Amino acid sequence: MSPPTLEVRNLRTHFFTRAGVVKAVDDVSFTVARGKVLGLVGESGSGKTVTGFSILGLVDAPGRIAGGRILFQGQDLVGLPDAAMRRLRGNRIAMIFQDPMMTLNPVLRIDTQMIETVQAHQKVSREEARQRARDALGQVGIPSPDERLRAYPHQFSGGMRQRVAIAIALLHKPDLIVADEPTTALDVTIQGQILAEAQKLCAQSGTALIWITHDLSVVAGLADDIAVMYAGKVVEQGPVEQVLDAPLHPYTLGLIGSVPSRNRRGEPLRQIPGMTPSMLNLPAGCAFRARCPRAEARCAEPPPMAEHAPGRLARCIHPHGEALAA
Amino acid sequence: MTVFLLRRLLQAAGVVLAMSLLVFLGVYAIGDPVEILISPEADQQERERAVRALGLDLPIWRQYLVFLGNALQGDLGRSFVFNEPALRLILDRMPATLELAIGATVAALVIGLPLGLYAGLRPNAPLAKGIMAGSILGFSLPTFWVGLMLIMVFAVQLGWLPSTGRGETVTVLGMRWSFLTGDGIAHMIMPAINLSLFKISLVIRLTRAGVREAMLMDYVKFARAKGLSPARITLVHVFKNILIPVVTVVGLEFGGTIAFSVVTESVFAWPGMGKLIIDSINVLDRPVMVAYLMVIVLMFVTINLVVDITYSLLDPRVRLEGKA
Ligand SMILES: Nc1ncnc2c1ncn2[C@@H]1O[C@H](COP(=O)(O)OP(=O)(O)O)[C@@H](O)[C@H]1O
Ligand code: SF4
Ligand SMILES: [Mg+2]
Repeated sequence: MSPPTLEVRNLRTHFFTRAGVVKAVDDVSFTVARGKVLGLVGESGSGKTVTGFSILGLVDAPGRIAGGRILFQGQDLVGLPDAAMRRLRGNRIAMIFQDPMMTLNPVLRIDTQMIETVQAHQKVSREEARQRARDALGQVGIPSPDERLRAYPHQFSGGMRQRVAIAIALLHKPDLIVADEPTTALDVTIQGQILAEAQKLCAQSGTALIWITHDLSVVAGLADDIAVMYAGKVVEQGPVEQVLDAPLHPYTLGLIGSVPSRNRRGEPLRQIPGMTPSMLNLPAGCAFRARCPRAEARCAEPPPMAEHAPGRLARCIHPHGEALAA
Repeated sequence: MTVFLLRRLLQAAGVVLAMSLLVFLGVYAIGDPVEILISPEADQQERERAVRALGLDLPIWRQYLVFLGNALQGDLGRSFVFNEPALRLILDRMPATLELAIGATVAALVIGLPLGLYAGLRPNAPLAKGIMAGSILGFSLPTFWVGLMLIMVFAVQLGWLPSTGRGETVTVLGMRWSFLTGDGIAHMIMPAINLSLFKISLVIRLTRAGVREAMLMDYVKFARAKGLSPARITLVHVFKNILIPVVTVVGLEFGGTIAFSVVTESVFAWPGMGKLIIDSINVLDRPVMVAYLMVIVLMFVTINLVVDITYSLLDPRVRLEGKA
């Protein structure tokens, strides 16, 4: 059997700052199979973006991958030489960034930015590269792509710019796309369109997709599996319906409670009390301890990731769903 | 774009007019040319004849109107000293100053851009720190002192380069140029470097700051995520962005370089406008001073216009706003 598209094992990405070591990603593991969508969820600052950058080898000093493996179709990307990594980036593995207003170079035309991407990985003529760029723009629903190719980024709305970024990501029909909150900056209608297109694409082409978001409602309709991150660690993962219907980790439950659409009418939204801890001085033991209604003395020990039911992992000593465990 | 150009041209004309008044008044207030130009032994009659011939007997506002009227016809008065049209004197020496200033600007870009790029890409490398320290020297060492040192070392001690003058020139388009002969270029090297010292430092610092800022931008990270080579990212994505501030500042600085060439031209006895104006100030040759200042004002205004247009060509955001 061929290996899954991506298998991340015990990834640690740390930032060695003057103030101390920030363990932005600390022992993260997950797998994404061909054509599957993994929702990577967590509050801001939980390490989602750094996880994405780690996969593409884009972590800059003072950060570096301090341990673990990133197996892409069986090949370990950690420690891969720059040139080899560059051949994969934008080609077999693509990334879409959070802020569409910032991802395109303001002084280069769209065609320049697309053609260079094609030519970075394939020896094709400029004209052929332009054809490919035009087709890709059409594919993501940009009207009159021939004309739009000659435009500059500031002539596009935010939603259109994100479509351009997606078109660039699709140019080489990658095997894996890391989408880092690509719809957060966009309004709800456009968000819905883009989600639908992403889903269609993965189903059709077998592309594996990591969809990073802090919004559970986005993941619910899109992902196959979900991994919930908190303070640099995955605290719960499993099939998306099961996790959302019967969360094991108190933090997951808290997140679900704070999503408007999942709340029963009339009931107030329940925000998780307290603040995300500072990543610089994480307390030993469960990082969620200070905010957790179920915390007990044992939680001062670091809780291990454990399988509480088939395919249902959680990093908690006292998880919900006792019935499930029994 | 046409409206933009028209408006800018009108503004420019206004600036030139206002400056003409200021220049005229300012120069009028300095010293009394009669004392210098007319021999103390001359009798009263001779004096008056000379004063009338020079137009110095009219009330000052009449003198200004006469000056303005003549100026519009390209006549900025005759030099008291050379008894030649002042404008001709200036224009004769303009090529020398222009080629020096252009040489200095080219040197600043050719030297400053790569050094600044390196310092921006490797901010912690020892060489980068050395470059930055050197740029501080470039800012703070006095031009005339550096000029004298250059002469001491390269002309007097090593004898590699000539210390004064323009060397052999070639006449093209009715003007004499040094940069077309080997001897002329040898004469130009030291003054051009001397004049560009400040500019090199400026370009280094601007480039470095621009590169460091651009490297942190999402679009650079996205370019890397596309799998582009570091060379392409630096030379296209980063470079095109930093070119905007560098071109703007260097362009605007060009007028300053011409004005500053006064010092360099004096040190290297470079026969340009700067040397002429210093000599003219010494003998209070008023028409030449006025003509010089007017030419400089015109140049500044033209340069600003050209920079604005170039800027709008480089930055698509400005260009298209203008169109809308
Ligand atoms: N360049 C950096 N230097 C120091 N710390 C960083 C750097 N980049 C990210 N971090 C830290 O890594 C943590 C995770 O950040 P990030 O992955 O961007 O969170 P998310 O995407 O989940 O909002 C944050 O606490 C942040 O402070
Ligand atoms: S380990 Fe303890 S503190 Fe942490 S989430 Fe579970 S119950 Fe709460
Ligand atoms: Mg993020």
